[in-house]
Amino acid sequence: MESRSTALLSRHVAAEARLVDFAGWNMPIQYTGILDEHRAVRTAAGLFDISHMGQILVTGPAAAPWLDRMVTCDVGALAPAHARYGFLLNDQGGVIDDLFVYRTAPDQILLVVNASRTEEDFALLRAHAHPDAHLDHLDGRAAGLALQGPAAMGILAEALGRARMLPPRNGVISLPFDGEQLLLARTGYTGEDGFEIFLPAGAAPALWDRLLEHGAPAGLRPCGLGARDTLRMEACYPLNGNDLSPGITPLEAGLGWAVALDKPEFPGRAALVRQREQGVMRKWSALRMDEKSPPPRAHYPVYSGGNQVAELSSGTLSPTLGIGIGLAHLPVALAVPGTPLEIGIREKRFRATVQKKPLYKRPA
Amino acid sequence: MNVPDDLRYRESHEWLRADGTVGITDHAQAELTDIVYVELPKPGRTVRAGDPVAVVESVKAASDIYAPVDGEVVEVNPAVEADPALLNTDPFGAGWLFKLRLTDPAAASALKDAAAYRAQIG
Repeated sequence: MESRSTALLSRHVAAEARLVDFAGWNMPIQYTGILDEHRAVRTAAGLFDISHMGQILVTGPAAAPWLDRMVTCDVGALAPAHARYGFLLNDQGGVIDDLFVYRTAPDQILLVVNASRTEEDFALLRAHAHPDAHLDHLDGRAAGLALQGPAAMGILAEALGRARMLPPRNGVISLPFDGEQLLLARTGYTGEDGFEIFLPAGAAPALWDRLLEHGAPAGLRPCGLGARDTLRMEACYPLNGNDLSPGITPLEAGLGWAVALDKPEFPGRAALVRQREQGVMRKWSALRMDEKSPPPRAHYPVYSGGNQVAELSSGTLSPTLGIGIGLAHLPVALAVPGTPLEIGIREKRFRATVQKKPLYKRPA
Repeated sequence: MNVPDDLRYRESHEWLRADGTVGITDHAQAELTDIVYVELPKPGRTVRAGDPVAVVESVKAASDIYAPVDGEVVEVNPAVEADPALLNTDPFGAGWLFKLRLTDPAAASALKDAAAYRAQIG
């Protein structure tokens, strides 16, 4: 099947980005280099095309109460103009997808889901449809940009007009731009302050250009999926398909904070209540190599006392820390910061130590 | 793309100099992107053409480096282990990987010359 392109393809091609297929989308993996782009986001700002992510709009008087019965987070308690992270689960409590819920108005909610799961998520939601909660998959009509990094706020204020109000952390507001309405959210997946902007596809190239033009003096550069991946690993944010799967619950992933078990009903709730009582067997944990090693990667074996106890769900050379890092679903007895482990890389084993999450926290 | 005329090339993007020095091409380093780790063979190891003898890793992937000809590893470049980015910045110079004593000094002629390698990478 041929890859689909976002509204920003011409910009990626003009910038000589390296394009790869990602979940059926022709996406930039990098422009100048993953390390450069990663550093730009940590020290200045980066601009990402996230138009591949699924955008599903839920509207109508039942939008919030209906969605509350579908996802794990408390949508009813989510005030308009606010966003929250949550999950769509199967009946066993396993993760179908992780998503952001943006309550843009009392009767309007935007769901932003993983590109690789969009069709599945939409089909699942539609199978439970409610007459007063209209579902619209904005497939191909919507674009998304992420502006991330310590300079993001200043760049956005410059590009949109200084007098403009910017949303607080996890806030979302609607703004006019080029005769269209865009949604500006103070959310992201890099571990930095930043924004995600959702807008009609036709308006995306102009906004992309305007942000780069105003941001260049502050060090803004376009960033690809490669840097997005290394940034989220340092921040210990999970990637569905690597760190999350239908066989893993949010409690096992250490993401129970995104599950409102006090809600009366949502798929997987009963299984999670049981699991909370019985305790989890595994916990998704972060580790850091003790010494220089080849970059740890997903599926490399994790050993304790000579026995394999897990495999890495994600791993990379951390550009910020300058050493290998990994994430793994460890047996709970080992999921304690300070626990020594070994990672198997080709024929050798390299020492690593379990760390407190996140591995990178932005300076306060 | 820089393809020096005085080198021979393996299809898998290694170069071989007349003195037995081996490295990866400018094209290869550009394709691999930021190189962050290099694993070299032990001096004294006997290798056959086509054996995977070294590993070069970018942030995204690990790639095997193959011996272009039969021979014995007589020297490796410790500088690239300490600073793998040398493969990106100077692939034909400071970024060399290892040196072979060729079993058959005429074996290099079986590899591509610069013109043939240029044609390969287009």
